[in-house]
Amino acid sequence: MKILIKGGRVIDPASGRDAVGDVLVDGERIAALDNAARDATVDRSIDAKGLIVAPGLVDICARLREPGFEYKATLESEMEAAIAGGVTSLACPPDTDPPLDEPGLVDMLRRRARSLSRARLYPIGALTVKLAGERLTEMAELSESGCLAFTQANVPLDDTQVLWRALQYAGTFGFAVWLRAEDLSLARDGVAHDGEVATRLGLPGIPAMAETIALSRLLHLVRATETKLHVCRVSSAGGVALIRNAKAEQLPVTCDVAIHHVHLSEMDLGYFDSHCHLVPPLRSLRDRDALRAGLADGTIDVICSDHTPVDEDAKQMPFSESEVGATGLELLLPLTLKWAVETKTPLAKALAKVTSDAARVLGVKSGRLEAGAPADLVIFDPAAPFHVAPEALKSQGKNTPFIGYELAGRVRYTMVDGRVIYGEVRE
Amino acid sequence: MRNPQLNPAGELQHLLSIEGLPRAILNQILDTADSFVGVTEREVKKVPILRGKSVFNLFFEPSTRTRTTFEIAAKRLSADVINLNIAASSQTKGESLLDTVANLSAMQADIFIVRHVASGAPYLIARNVKPHEHVVNAGDGRHAHPTQGLLDLYTIRHYKKDFTQLTVAIVGDILHSRVARSLIHGLTTLGTPEVRVIGPQTLLPTGVESLGVKVFHDMKKGLVDADVVVMLRLQNERMRGALLPSAQEFNKYYGLSLDKLALAKPEAIVMHPGPMNRGVEIDSSVADGPHSVILPQVTYGIAVRMAVMSIIAGN
Amino acid sequence: MTTLPDAETLCAKLVAELRSVIKPSTAMIGLYTGGAWLAKKLHPQLGLSTPLGLMDIAFYRDDYHKQGLHHDPKRTRIAFEVEGRDLLLVDDILYTGRTVRAAMNELFDYGRPASISLVVLADRGGRQLPICAQYCGTRVEVPEGQRLRMKRNAEGRLSLELEGA
Repeated sequence: MKILIKGGRVIDPASGRDAVGDVLVDGERIAALDNAARDATVDRSIDAKGLIVAPGLVDICARLREPGFEYKATLESEMEAAIAGGVTSLACPPDTDPPLDEPGLVDMLRRRARSLSRARLYPIGALTVKLAGERLTEMAELSESGCLAFTQANVPLDDTQVLWRALQYAGTFGFAVWLRAEDLSLARDGVAHDGEVATRLGLPGIPAMAETIALSRLLHLVRATETKLHVCRVSSAGGVALIRNAKAEQLPVTCDVAIHHVHLSEMDLGYFDSHCHLVPPLRSLRDRDALRAGLADGTIDVICSDHTPVDEDAKQMPFSESEVGATGLELLLPLTLKWAVETKTPLAKALAKVTSDAARVLGVKSGRLEAGAPADLVIFDPAAPFHVAPEALKSQGKNTPFIGYELAGRVRYTMVDGRVIYGEVRE
Repeated sequence: MRNPQLNPAGELQHLLSIEGLPRAILNQILDTADSFVGVTEREVKKVPILRGKSVFNLFFEPSTRTRTTFEIAAKRLSADVINLNIAASSQTKGESLLDTVANLSAMQADIFIVRHVASGAPYLIARNVKPHEHVVNAGDGRHAHPTQGLLDLYTIRHYKKDFTQLTVAIVGDILHSRVARSLIHGLTTLGTPEVRVIGPQTLLPTGVESLGVKVFHDMKKGLVDADVVVMLRLQNERMRGALLPSAQEFNKYYGLSLDKLALAKPEAIVMHPGPMNRGVEIDSSVADGPHSVILPQVTYGIAVRMAVMSIIAGN
Repeated sequence: MTTLPDAETLCAKLVAELRSVIKPSTAMIGLYTGGAWLAKKLHPQLGLSTPLGLMDIAFYRDDYHKQGLHHDPKRTRIAFEVEGRDLLLVDDILYTGRTVRAAMNELFDYGRPASISLVVLADRGGRQLPICAQYCGTRVEVPEGQRLRMKRNAEGRLSLELEGA
């Protein structure tokens, strides 16, 4: 099937292209752009006038809650959320029940995802068995099942010896290790950034030091092992500075930030809003500004949704007892646009953080809009209002601090492998 | 964001924290408490104002003393009081906080007095009760203990009249103290020019200056010319370990003795929210001495709680 | 238009009336706010052996569930034993009788008086309870939609006024 997308503002962040034009999709691939596209005879055409045509979003951290937490969300519900949010590829962390520490589990999850024919799913394998931080998983086997990297998700790995071995072993095969930097003992019992707001609300704090101390340890290990490290969910000014220096030192380090942390700070906790109970905690405005500066100068490679659907019961608890996390798949695009507008970041550069750069870190070919690339596209209206309300979200998780926000940016069509899987035209 | 304690008319609907309450409401509570002090000095210490209302003492964290003062206050207002020791019942059976509250609400509650180990728990309850129901925070985690703060304010006003001329020193474990947080907010709202916190760095929360206080690590400097000295209780479990080496060392450097008290103004008053650890944060010579107003605090606590309940239940 | 009598003249009349009934056991209690003003006028002229009592009935009102707590309650101060006294309860205007009901309830929480007599500056009718004043300065017809109020100026002079509702 040939589909012609006509007259949209075509943005390819990887090449920096940002111009009105046409895109021709032939089968599973993008066949041609602009003039070359226009003359073709096609089966269907989509009028994209006034809309933006961009590579489908690559979200490098989205929890689908399967297996084990189907009462919070299912593959079906979250895949619908993904395509409604223009996300065409997503990586899921292994913090399921059981954790993704065996090839069989990974196979099954990928098979389930493929059968749904929605977004592409890339499981990230567990670094240690049961994420317990003791025994290494069969990383090579897991890699053959489709794991692109290995991580502890939010489970701390305190034992530096084990961590060192894990990096050495992953490095042997050239695998990247994705880790969040948080010192276990400094973060213990903490539920909010150790600062003015936690002091006022009487919430046990997690100092920014918990991140910088852990990150320093990780960077020492990277120096020793030369294993590729992706730092997940950097949250503090000090963390950004350490990564900036590490990159200047040519260490093989990349990092991401969760979209919530690009916008929110400890101030948003308000009167104990458990929707702002996140990991890592929302830090000070100064930290948030440092994260934005890190995005601007390329220290931070990727913005992810850190999508974590949580059931209402688990959020309707006192702040410190509530479950952490926020839903985000459907908010990643509008919130990235909001950040771009607020910081006057050119759209192509902003979208790179959720497309081409995310694909680069993940190690997949998506995230580009050029002839020959996989036809994973999103067509969206950047100005269309999006009132964030529980009923407006397809995700089973309605938990987000952005409930009630008036955002801009609505997905009109999402295309994976050349098939329109979201939008008015259904195949 | 509307203050969740106030109704749309700006009146007190719940008492969750002193922070964010306008000065007029604090004064209204203190003035009303003054009338109730008159009642508590009578032969018949009871008024009919809350007749027919039900007050549920909902203590998710055990506390005999605070629960008792609320019970006495409610009974003196002629309310029916139901005590629930939740720690020993439904919570251990896995019932959620909101389910517990919904069940009690079905039993026609008017006021919930809530104590909970988690900061902010009374806010969650207040967000989920019916419009005619009221929540009073009787202590949540490290966050707030507003009725204690109010009775401290009442006591200070009683002895010192004018907040705008005072130096108040709060000494000890500020980090874990909801009493300190509530009192600090009350004092700053009422215009106290100098509020000091005194303690070792391990017992002071990060950025405590942002609450509008001056920090002292040396108690002898911090007590100089103080009009009011508030000693905080040091929990047993914090007396040794990584926060403090020993109760003895704490007493030597941060316990209130007669010679340290001599640095404060001659007419200074000494307060303590109780229960006291004599010989740890306060010496008996001070606790039982002429500067101590610790027992009047308890008496005023009942009048203050009567004032709070009678004001919110009428709004 | 009704011409209202002069409040100070009414006070003098009440003093004269009350002097003849004073006994050693007589004591006076004024109700906040107007009754307290009036009582402060009457009390010094009667030569009572006990100090003037002042009472705020905020905690005894029967409209609490509708109106909530009165915003600025005063502390009731009665510096004598109520038990066995012949009490003169003083209020400014007698209307529904509900305030007097509340005041009597509060009084009995202080003790059992031998008797209570009600002293008012003006009775405007409209009773909702079986209560009447033993000593009344004047009776006033109040037109529909208006309120009778007692005021006190900066010099402490009392006056009666009609106000639109």
